[in-house]
Amino acid sequence: MQFGVITFPGSNGDHDALSAIELGLRQPVEPVWYRETNVSRFDALVIPGGFSYGDYLRAGAIARFAPVMEAVARFAAEGGPILGICNGFQILTEAGLLPGALLRNKGLSFVSDWVHVRVESNRTRWTAGLTPGDVLRMPIAHGEGRYYADSETLERLEANGQVVFRYVDAAGNVTPEADPNGSANAIAGIANEQGNVVGLMPHPERAYDALLGSDDGLKILSAVLQAGIDAATARV
Amino acid sequence: MQVTAELLKEVGLSADEYGLIVEKLGREPTQVELGMFGAMWSEHCGYKNSKPLLKRFPTEGPRVVQGPGENAGAVDIGDGLVAVLKIESHNHPSAVEPYQGAATGVGGIVRDIFTMGARPVALLNSLRFGPLDEARNRYLFSGVVGGIGGYGNCLGVPTVAGDIFFDPAYSGNPLVNAMCVGIARRDEIMRARASGPGNLVLIVGADTGRDGVGGATFASVEDPEASHRGVVQVGNPFLEKLLLEACLEVLKTPHVVAMQDLGAAGLTSSTVEVASRGGVGIEIDVAKVPRRETGMNAYEVMLSESQERMLVVVRPDGLDAVRAIFEHYDLQCAVIGVVTDDGLVRVRDGDKVVAEVPTTLFTDECPTYVREGIESTKIAELRARDVLAVPDLAEHGDLTASAALLRLLGSPNIGSREPVTRTYDSTIMTNTVVPPRVGDAAVIRVKGTTIGLAIKTDCNPRYVYLDPYLGGAHAVAEAARNVSCVGAEPVAVTDCLNFGNPERPEIYYQLSRAIDGMSDACRALGVPVVSGNVSLYNESGSEAILPTPTVGVVGRLADVRRHVGMAFVEGGGVYLVGALQATLGGSEYLALIHGQVAGAPPSLDLELEAAVQRAVRDAIAQGLAAAAHDTSEGGLAVALAESCIAGKIGGRFDVSAVLAANGGRRDVALFGEAASRVLLQAPPGGEAALEAHLQERGVPFQRLGTAGGDGFEIEGHLALPLAEVVRAWRGALS
Repeated sequence: MQFGVITFPGSNGDHDALSAIELGLRQPVEPVWYRETNVSRFDALVIPGGFSYGDYLRAGAIARFAPVMEAVARFAAEGGPILGICNGFQILTEAGLLPGALLRNKGLSFVSDWVHVRVESNRTRWTAGLTPGDVLRMPIAHGEGRYYADSETLERLEANGQVVFRYVDAAGNVTPEADPNGSANAIAGIANEQGNVVGLMPHPERAYDALLGSDDGLKILSAVLQAGIDAATARV
Repeated sequence: MQVTAELLKEVGLSADEYGLIVEKLGREPTQVELGMFGAMWSEHCGYKNSKPLLKRFPTEGPRVVQGPGENAGAVDIGDGLVAVLKIESHNHPSAVEPYQGAATGVGGIVRDIFTMGARPVALLNSLRFGPLDEARNRYLFSGVVGGIGGYGNCLGVPTVAGDIFFDPAYSGNPLVNAMCVGIARRDEIMRARASGPGNLVLIVGADTGRDGVGGATFASVEDPEASHRGVVQVGNPFLEKLLLEACLEVLKTPHVVAMQDLGAAGLTSSTVEVASRGGVGIEIDVAKVPRRETGMNAYEVMLSESQERMLVVVRPDGLDAVRAIFEHYDLQCAVIGVVTDDGLVRVRDGDKVVAEVPTTLFTDECPTYVREGIESTKIAELRARDVLAVPDLAEHGDLTASAALLRLLGSPNIGSREPVTRTYDSTIMTNTVVPPRVGDAAVIRVKGTTIGLAIKTDCNPRYVYLDPYLGGAHAVAEAARNVSCVGAEPVAVTDCLNFGNPERPEIYYQLSRAIDGMSDACRALGVPVVSGNVSLYNESGSEAILPTPTVGVVGRLADVRRHVGMAFVEGGGVYLVGALQATLGGSEYLALIHGQVAGAPPSLDLELEAAVQRAVRDAIAQGLAAAAHDTSEGGLAVALAESCIAGKIGGRFDVSAVLAANGGRRDVALFGEAASRVLLQAPPGGEAALEAHLQERGVPFQRLGTAGGDGFEIEGHLALPLAEVVRAWRGALS
């Protein structure tokens, strides 16, 4: 399965995404520079974290206009799996590929820590094969990660099973302390209606080796791989 | 040009130094030349007060690939790789504009690392502030922490360790020392030595503006507040990220001859240094330097400290390939000059030559001063004071053992650093094995190998104040001990010497003696100094800071999986390795509880220190230890509490042997400080094996008890619920 990692000027999670896929998942992967206009050679795309364009104006606000984003939107419309991590999640919401927005953390400062998230839905390309209720441990590192959407959108997301990950404590319970940034409904990650585009604030690509504290992130990357293999097998 | 006393003061030169310039040049310097001399002969660039002293450091060793003199030092870590390391101060800019001062400090040190062709993999910072109950200090503290996070997080290099210390002596003159570690292939290290007349000199990255004009000179004067904010540069980490990736890519081509970042004294020092190191001449045209502002003159262009700029020397036939790489990253790159064979630094402004000086005049001919150091009698008296004259801990009232413990844990110098470290990205790059708050030092893995690196900065400035020789030795010993406590062998030191005005005999004494102490400790522990930085004139008003020779140590783990943190685990026996005697001299307890910075700091037996560190790291490498923790500020009781807090587990400990060794003084036993002491915990059931190991190594050790339960008890002295201990510790900086 061929992965592509979209890289903007100022992306800094690109190396981690490449490492996680290459060393953790052991799949072929290559970086895709923001000026490229064709991404059809890939089976899955990751939009990594960082400070694209220095986060000037607003996180992700400039990256959405990058040349590659048109190709990314086409890839999404054709059902291709896309994972937006941290700044990648912000870019996907800015580009309208995912609903809602990411605001400044409730404490107004950057938060770097390990968090637990609960898998809320396995009806996405990036959580197929996981069990709702599974608790994953991953790092976070962001200043603008507070998920916001109007109440109508939130209701729709909840009703459609588009809430994919929620901040919880180690035991899997939603508590005020477990939510590091004040996100609406403790939302850590969401999907589009089709379930092929997923965005989340925690970093699965930094949790691919137990030596680093957790390899739970591999479960997310493996899910899309397994889904891809299943789809390919079905085509045969 | 009329050379007046004011003009010389502005460029930071004495009348004698001016006379020397005229004599050596055989004429009066031009205005541009005078500015260039001022920068190059400043303490910051020319080390004119410290150079003779710095020669005392041991700088050689079997692992040393690059010692002092380049942008950073490098040591072999095996598998064909080197660790590249450097620490640098940004004290004066941070005192004036804390956010940008600290941010550009991070930017500068990172450039020093990737200029060598190494990928930066870890950042650390060593910070000193005045007490947080003063509003100005709170402003400086939050600005500095914000700037470090703001720059490092955006750049994508994890901030993994450091140290913070508060003392009234730093009010108005905070210390911001940033350290960076990078990794490179040994055979791919790039050096900043221009060669090959006809090779092209490029400036890459940001436009040049008026920001920072005269910064190097400003860093070498006593009163930063008298100067203005306009001198402080503004950082752009986004641009630096592009510069980092582009430079590392360019260095993989065969076209680059030398690379040098533009730091203090900007274009002046970078051109002079690449030419000087290469023993060649260089000619540049300031008219070709891309500018941010109109109307800048040659003087301003030569002395601008605009950030995120790099000087690259390339072979002419490689120019197009190099240019294409920079363009890929949207970076401009302008050819501004050539390498020459006449040994001169020649600066043109279009057709006009505005400076023409032999390269060596800026560097080798920079005057150095060997001064006489005299110890301050006030400090000698403080050291001689009998610290046992203070009353011992009592059974009741304010001075019980538990009250003192809670106060110490809740003090800014000891309590939790979480409010700070939580704002630094510590997990990016997927190498962080021991993150902040988990071990005595950070551990990062080296991808593609089994090797790990342990890194830590340290310096107890009170010890250095009370006894500069001993304090300097302690700084090296403690940083190395911290690295040993995670299981690593210390392999290299980088140092940042923060002192007051060296023209004062009592300050020169501190500087000279601290360097002696550091040098002896480095020799005894087998860790050479491979890079460093000197920051003098740290004074505000008439008071100098506490002398602060910050030490950064890099250690090597052959197998990164064989490491430990400081957290106690349930059921394992806890041992104190090292001598039992401690002292209140220079201790945090004496300062916090009795308001005294006095007494002789703990003695330091370097042979015992080396033996203890070796025994500890070998125990960890052999899987005989579950946790290790240095006992430093706050003494034994605080160290035990810290390991319990980290492990989220209580413990019951018996310190009667320690009490007996300290003449029955409870305060000394519980809170007295000593060198060469480590808490080492055996894994459950592993006590006999650990004891046999320590016995075989011939290091003293004493069993103190076992971790477990939810109470923290030191028998006969104090018993507290762990939750209360945690609460006190957590609140220290919030």
